[in-house]
Amino acid sequence: MSQPTTPTLPAPQATPTTTMILTLGLVATLCGLIIVGAYEGSLSAVQENRRIVLERAISKVLPGAERIVGYQASSGGEIAVADGGDNSPPGTLRFHAAYDAGGALMGIAAEGAAKGYADTVRVMFGYSPKCQCIVGIGVVSMRETPGIGDKILTDQEFLANFKALDVRLNGELKALANEVKAVKHGSKTNPWQIDAISGATITSRAVGKGINDAAQALLPRLLPNLEKIGKNP
Amino acid sequence: MSQSTPNASARNQTWDEFTEGLWRQNPVFVMMLGMCPTLAVTVSAVNALSMGLATAFVLVCSCALVSLMRKVVPKEVRIATYIVIIATFVTVVDYAIQMVSLALYDALGAFIQLIVVNCIILGRAEAHASKNPPWVASVNALGMGLGFTVGLFALGAVREILGAGSLFGISLFGADFQPWVVMVLPPGGFFVLGSWLLGFAWWEKRKQRLAGLQTPAERG
Repeated sequence: MSQPTTPTLPAPQATPTTTMILTLGLVATLCGLIIVGAYEGSLSAVQENRRIVLERAISKVLPGAERIVGYQASSGGEIAVADGGDNSPPGTLRFHAAYDAGGALMGIAAEGAAKGYADTVRVMFGYSPKCQCIVGIGVVSMRETPGIGDKILTDQEFLANFKALDVRLNGELKALANEVKAVKHGSKTNPWQIDAISGATITSRAVGKGINDAAQALLPRLLPNLEKIGKNP
Repeated sequence: MSQSTPNASARNQTWDEFTEGLWRQNPVFVMMLGMCPTLAVTVSAVNALSMGLATAFVLVCSCALVSLMRKVVPKEVRIATYIVIIATFVTVVDYAIQMVSLALYDALGAFIQLIVVNCIILGRAEAHASKNPPWVASVNALGMGLGFTVGLFALGAVREILGAGSLFGISLFGADFQPWVVMVLPPGGFFVLGSWLLGFAWWEKRKQRLAGLQTPAERG
């Protein structure tokens, strides 16, 4: 029996290392140019879109606002006009001051967020310094169940909670006098409580928690500085 | 794809390439690829259509570029280059959708970025575009992309009509209609997809019976 011979295969042609690196470099450069071009080309239009969406959301919670100015409140309690960039130090809270046609402060709009049934529910609320209460809310984003959780957008009885939701601060101006909280449908007794939608309690609670957390953090920083933003800058 | 003789009707071949994805090898109904966006974003006709067109754009652009570069890219690094090319056009589409509508951008959510890992696109780049000239690759990709769009639209339209009583946001049945909410929830996606597949299988069977064929249909 003859010894089996291994069939000799032609050695596969090896690609030189430099070719591989150069190709990858070429592709990366080309793709980089396309991406940067698309970014630069779309930037102004996207920012304009964002501004329109924000203004629409604010004028929904503070109807009649003529001019909107973005502010930021640092963790130290200083308030300054927001620079527009996203590079503010951690702990900085953003809010928007809305002025009427005469240039007087109408109210403050800020965002709150809390975990809902499906995903985070982000709400925008309008705060009136005059009554120290919340005068309107709008939903920024949510993925709640259609027909159930998304009633927070349409249920008039629920929205009536936010015509004058009490968010007064306590005596030391360190926190809210009363925690904003969603209570079971039909059991609301105080102006700082939210009458939950029957069947959509989790989403209602998320709205309450989002407002409470944001107001607890923002209002103690805002109130001592209200003078500063009182006039249209 | 056989490269036919030069004098064979080129137009027929191009049409063949185009209809492959549109009908014979439809990504949604025949190849069953890209099921993740198919089930997730088809809650309304607008979402489905936009997702389909965004994917088609990425598919055509990346297949054209992959095909243009097919002779310079060594096979050892081809997957990396394909993914970089696909990711590039997904980024472009991402910005384009933000330019058109932020509401649409929010509605489609992470599924825009997830086009990068859509198996139709990498599959086309690897199986077709890397072996064919740019024109053929683009036509084939366009057919595939439109086929995907048609598939998504078929799901999105049915789900919106049944689940919300509207089409393109226009109410169809008036105020008395009680929406069939499950259709816009995830299970509804499976119900509608299953029904469409059932319809396609029945159509195939019927076609075979009429043609007197005995062989089972070849499925991709």
